[in-house]
Amino acid sequence: MIAELGLAALWLAAALAALQLVAGFLAVRQGEGDLAALVRPAAVVQGILCVFSFLMLVWLFVRTDLSVKLVAMNSHSDKPLIFKLAGSWGNHEGSMLLWVTVMSAAGALIAFVERRLPERTMQATLAAQGFVALGFYAFLLFSSNPFERLPVPAVEGNGLNPLLQDIGLAFHPPTLYLGYVGLSVAFSFAVGALLTRQVTPEFARAMRPWVLGAWIFLTVGITAGSYWAYYELGWGGWWFWDPVENASLMPWLAATALLHSASVLAARDALRAWTIMLGVVAFSMSMIGTFLVRSGILTSVHAFAVDPERGSFILALLAIYIGGALAVFGLRAGSVAEGEKFSAVSREGALVVNNVLLSAILGVVLLGTLYPLLTEAMGVRVSVGPPYFDPVGAVFVVPMLLVMMVGPLLRWRGDRLARINKLAAVGFVGVLAGLLLAILLGAGVLPTIGLALGIGLAIASLLPLRGRNVRRLPLATWGMVIAHLGVAVALLGMASESAFSEEKLAAVKVGESASVGPWQVTLAAVDPVAGPNWTALEGVMLASYGGGSLTELHPQARSFWSPPQETTESALVTRWNGQLYAVLGKAADGERWQVRLWWKPFVTLIWYGGLMVALGGLLALVGRVREDLRRRYVQRKAGERRMDLAQ
Amino acid sequence: MKGWRFFLPLALFAAFVGVAGYQLTQPKAEFVESAMIGKPMPAFEMRAASPDRPGLSLADLKDGRPKLLNVWASWCVPCAAEAPQLATLQAQGAPIVGVAIRDRPEDVAAFLARYGNPFERIGADDMSELQLSIGSSGVPETFVVDGQGVIRYQHIGDIRAEHVPLLLGKLREAGA
Repeated sequence: MIAELGLAALWLAAALAALQLVAGFLAVRQGEGDLAALVRPAAVVQGILCVFSFLMLVWLFVRTDLSVKLVAMNSHSDKPLIFKLAGSWGNHEGSMLLWVTVMSAAGALIAFVERRLPERTMQATLAAQGFVALGFYAFLLFSSNPFERLPVPAVEGNGLNPLLQDIGLAFHPPTLYLGYVGLSVAFSFAVGALLTRQVTPEFARAMRPWVLGAWIFLTVGITAGSYWAYYELGWGGWWFWDPVENASLMPWLAATALLHSASVLAARDALRAWTIMLGVVAFSMSMIGTFLVRSGILTSVHAFAVDPERGSFILALLAIYIGGALAVFGLRAGSVAEGEKFSAVSREGALVVNNVLLSAILGVVLLGTLYPLLTEAMGVRVSVGPPYFDPVGAVFVVPMLLVMMVGPLLRWRGDRLARINKLAAVGFVGVLAGLLLAILLGAGVLPTIGLALGIGLAIASLLPLRGRNVRRLPLATWGMVIAHLGVAVALLGMASESAFSEEKLAAVKVGESASVGPWQVTLAAVDPVAGPNWTALEGVMLASYGGGSLTELHPQARSFWSPPQETTESALVTRWNGQLYAVLGKAADGERWQVRLWWKPFVTLIWYGGLMVALGGLLALVGRVREDLRRRYVQRKAGERRMDLAQ
Repeated sequence: MKGWRFFLPLALFAAFVGVAGYQLTQPKAEFVESAMIGKPMPAFEMRAASPDRPGLSLADLKDGRPKLLNVWASWCVPCAAEAPQLATLQAQGAPIVGVAIRDRPEDVAAFLARYGNPFERIGADDMSELQLSIGSSGVPETFVVDGQGVIRYQHIGDIRAEHVPLLLGKLREAGA
């Protein structure tokens, strides 16, 4: 019954999405009418039904109902509860259902709370949201039904891909999805505003919290994903330029640009067409990313649930939605493009440059990701990796970092560079100091640039606080300062990791030691251990930093039996100045064990920096929402006073 | 006309849909191949994964005879499923060498005792280093390597009965 209830709710939700689309479209064409009143309630009920449907799926996984195909394929009664929960979205069908659930819940929320936009624009926005949701419902109902029953219930389930059986990864996809799908709201806003030609600062202010929210989730998701890849895959790297990673980076880049241009639109009523364009592009990048990962059109180390037939379905959706939105953009953008003028040297000017550079970086990543596809169409097979992304990306990242140092110091509308010369000099000194430091320590070219710019940007990020009462500074400004500082911190971590990491591959007997950097590591024992659904060989290592006290490490080589797969559990020791990373290999020759050790100075800054960026976004979001509520309160009070006066 | 630039994004996107759509209609085997096809194998040297077969190095692949290089592991169920096909291939004269991924010697020996041993040599790839460097992302996979150590073909997944003639054909194309 549970599965049937879930499926029925999904069909009903799809019907309501259709109603939302038709009613919204007619309301926009014909102005106010009976149908117009249906749009908001339809969106709210659609959201509730879809959430209900998703909860039914989760319940099936919790009960391990093996008469449902998806559960039998992806779960196992032996599995810990938390991974049963994660199993509900750790597969193609479940993750698509989660996607549409988050999207319809977001639609319900806008319908419920958003009152700033003109009603017609709101209806057009909800119609667009219903239209996008409808395609995904069709995808689920016709091609990937998560509630499909098996003719004969399975005796035991298949289990969850062991690589996914990790608490960090269990919550990684939902985090990214909240980001991707949050961008669908920005997309619908952009389409709605284009349809009614209402691209105003009010529109930017209404859209901004959604973009910020999505961007925070994307930032956290990417940061967490990078850390997961780092400790779980056992290769000691934190970014591989894998298509799956790029699929999350591209919407992030577009959303970052969108966030900044929406600020210009909100504050200065400029960059109208550009903001709309980024709103469309950001969500398009989420969808293109999903398509690339799910269709099997590109191969990736961690793509799962790959199926070209479904790929065609997603491609058709892409063509309709993105193609449709870009066509509307082409037709309408000309009539909304006009905005306020500003001089090149101004906050707006810096934000425009930053936007162009972010878009260029997005182009570099997109091209690198799609290049194998393009050349394959011409019969040549190539793989694109760090040798392309690192230097080509740096060409645009370096000037962007320089603009980040100066931009926040400039005033809106127009400014003179002479006014900030002294401030800029402080940042410049930081760059020089970093450069000197990196050269003294003998780092390579890119790490040297990274260290120099990281130190410069860290100093420059704090300069907007200078001479201001920090207690009365708006939260949004704090958010900007912390997010920019986070970029500097992450950059320092990346540069330090690539410049100063040391690696040691040794074959040692139990009782013998190996050293890497300042660390002395002794292999004390290798013991078999067992978990709920795996067995492992666990190394006991004693590590000492510079002859100091001993820390115990327990790296494992795990074997899962359902499905059979081996994973590496690296062991880490984190100090303030870096991480020791240890991996246990296999027996080298009866007595010796292969041990791989890395000393990575300041590597943790990469992820702390990422979290700081997200924290900055969160502060800005809280600040913006509070500001909006206060403005609404003041307007209501003013309205009441006018009413009193009139009486 | 001034507004044409607003249609540029649409044009770029249409090009993407065109290429992606074309690629999707291609047979699957066409586009899951390794980017390493046509490239020489990287230099490597692996200890023996089991006591009764020698280890594997680049020099062994450059002995002039084209070979099948089978990437497998004792813990992999599809590898057990493809064992009869490997035996058939060997019986039809295909030289086969193996790379055991993250495996234990005793498990390798047990697997070979149970499912047969079609391998001339088996190298142990304890950290999946060779596997990753030749563009393989799972087990089992089978590569056709010519006598000069250049990768000619990649087969992803288990070898089924219908793939046997195909692999023999690729081996012949590689000069066997």
